[in-house]
Amino acid sequence: MSSPEQWTHPEPRGGPAATAAAPTAEQVIAGLRATSEGGPELVQLLTPEGERVENAEFDRYVADVTAEDLRGLYRDMVLVRRVDREANALQRQGQLGIWVPLLGQEAAQIGAGRAMRPTDMAFPSYREHGVAWCKGVHPTELLGIFRGTDHGTWDSVETRFHPYTIVIGNQVLNAAGYAMGQRFDGKVGDADGEATMCFFGDGATSQGDVHEGFVWASVYDAPLVFFCQNNQWAISEPTERQTRLPLYQRARGYGFPGIRVDGNDVLATLAVSRWALDVCRQGNGPVLIEAFTYRMDAHTTTDDPTRYRLSDELEAWKLKDPIERVRVNLVRHEHAEQDFFDSVQAEADELAAELREFCFSMPEPPVGQMFDHVYAEASPLVAAQREEFLAYQAGFAGGEH
Amino acid sequence: MAAPVIDRSATASSVRSLTLGKALNLGLRTAMEADPKVLVMGEDVGKLGGVFRITDGLQKDFGEHRVLDTPLAESGIIGTAVGLAVRGFRPVCEIQFDGFIFPGFDQIVSQVAKLHNRTLGRVKVPMVIRVPFGGGIGAVEHHSESPESYFAHTAGLKVVACSNAVDAYWMIQQAIACDDPVLFFEPKRLYHSGFMKADVDTAATPQPLFASKVLRRGSTATVVAYGPSVKVALDAATAAEEDGHSLEVIDLRALSPLDLGPVFESVRRTGRLVVVSEAPSEASLSSEIAARVQQECFHSLEAPVLRVTGFDTPYPPAKLEEHFLPDLDRVLEAVDRSLAW
Repeated sequence: MSSPEQWTHPEPRGGPAATAAAPTAEQVIAGLRATSEGGPELVQLLTPEGERVENAEFDRYVADVTAEDLRGLYRDMVLVRRVDREANALQRQGQLGIWVPLLGQEAAQIGAGRAMRPTDMAFPSYREHGVAWCKGVHPTELLGIFRGTDHGTWDSVETRFHPYTIVIGNQVLNAAGYAMGQRFDGKVGDADGEATMCFFGDGATSQGDVHEGFVWASVYDAPLVFFCQNNQWAISEPTERQTRLPLYQRARGYGFPGIRVDGNDVLATLAVSRWALDVCRQGNGPVLIEAFTYRMDAHTTTDDPTRYRLSDELEAWKLKDPIERVRVNLVRHEHAEQDFFDSVQAEADELAAELREFCFSMPEPPVGQMFDHVYAEASPLVAAQREEFLAYQAGFAGGEH
Repeated sequence: MAAPVIDRSATASSVRSLTLGKALNLGLRTAMEADPKVLVMGEDVGKLGGVFRITDGLQKDFGEHRVLDTPLAESGIIGTAVGLAVRGFRPVCEIQFDGFIFPGFDQIVSQVAKLHNRTLGRVKVPMVIRVPFGGGIGAVEHHSESPESYFAHTAGLKVVACSNAVDAYWMIQQAIACDDPVLFFEPKRLYHSGFMKADVDTAATPQPLFASKVLRRGSTATVVAYGPSVKVALDAATAAEEDGHSLEVIDLRALSPLDLGPVFESVRRTGRLVVVSEAPSEASLSSEIAARVQQECFHSLEAPVLRVTGFDTPYPPAKLEEHFLPDLDRVLEAVDRSLAW
């Protein structure tokens, strides 16, 4: 089966002219698009079978990762997946209006999230529950968005985790501006420098704001890591509807490095993210990372993937599960006993119970809340509308109406 | 030979005669001197000083990190300014012409306007978006529009329009100091008008930013305007005087939130209101004012609120714009209709 690289030839003399990266009839008959193959450029340190493979370029970025650290990454991924599954169930039970699953993208998010330092800033889209976890945002703080009580309650200044951005691609420009500010503040230029990571998906790469973000970050040398999770699907549209070229190769056109990493390999994602952040701290940003991964569940709980993709594809990706390969590696090298796996599972169940309990006890938002924080300096119009509406509402209190 | 007499009064004085454009330039300069976090960013605002020269000399004096010649994309200007504001800067973005603001509309409505509310007040977005607006300069398409109503309609944004040099000097500084995002509309056809030169006293105490102002007292009818239409309204009032009509002229200055208290007070005295604006009338600031005045002054009105505005057509080619723009005669005709009601 051909890889996306073989469908397209970005170099002028590298082969026939590029054509739309559509699957061949043969691939369709085989029941699989070639989305499960990352191609020869894919950086991988842990195979799906849990084998550690050497990589001359990136090994040094995880040389300090001990068995305990690897167990920590495993724990992160298990907890985040448990939160995700619990929230998905809460939606099914009517406790949440909607949920946006991250299932399958745990390694991409934990690898990137754990590569960041507390001084680094993150600009998420709306599926970054794993990055949130790494930035110290408790999963309960995400719930209000999906239950409809608020737009997220975490302190984005304190945690350096920007609010979820729902308009596709908007946050990429905001991140570029923030990273420009880090540079203007003189926080860039050595190993202690600050950097910013911006998260978006394969679908977002078609947005003008992402293109403009690439332009701005490059011409201002902003310390910004563009972290694109290519999970193969933008709701129902496959990546080939967004691009002819493997996405990481787009970076070349903007004049900065692009790299494709196995987004289901937490170790490789950690290594590549650390490298990219390093490049940015030193003042040589930006960098584009394409984390090649797979959205194993629906786009959101309102979506039905059976209408547009084959179950065989999911089965193929299940063999590349991000958590399983770490578990196998830990067992094979006797870095973890059954006790460890049991304790992580117990911790995950506890966290899920806490999330559930929290969700059930969330109060209804007070009606006056919608008038709050519209402006930093109060507006007489909003103040008058609040007063009028609250008075109107108070009229119902005694049952006169 | 007598020793030369040096007149120090000119240099010691805080009063300068400035065009509206020069007053904006001085206001920007003063704000940048007062706060190192203030940045100016936009297309051609650096070396060139902007296509209207409003930022003339600022990059030379404050450097390329304070006055940014940006790539040519409006969403990028607004979107990166949001990130800079989150980082603690106070960006002042220049949109080159009114009709070019729309690529940035998504960022303005989705991020600029909502971030403070979304974060429960934790994140402020203290940025200013300067927009040269309105017609009368004989330009090609997209260079003469009045898009202010789109922004007044959007919760989370504040919108102001200056009409003269004194206000331009103070309002730009006040907008920069404001912790909310401010859309700042500038009447481009008055930028360099010698007639609009005014004595700007930089030591004076300015009136608040979000306050309208009675420019001329009168008793026959009230005329409300903002931006470039203020001059039209004032000229109409002068002409009306010859017919024995005394028009009260109010400059709105603040478009969101509107400060209509002085308008209500005036209409309760005159019983008549004419609203002047270059923007098309449908679903506009002029319709908002008409609605609010009939609500607050219903029993004082001697005639319906009348509007003199641009037509509900695309802005016409330059040879037709004099017919599109509200002028003295159309304002006086509306006053006559109001009086004849």
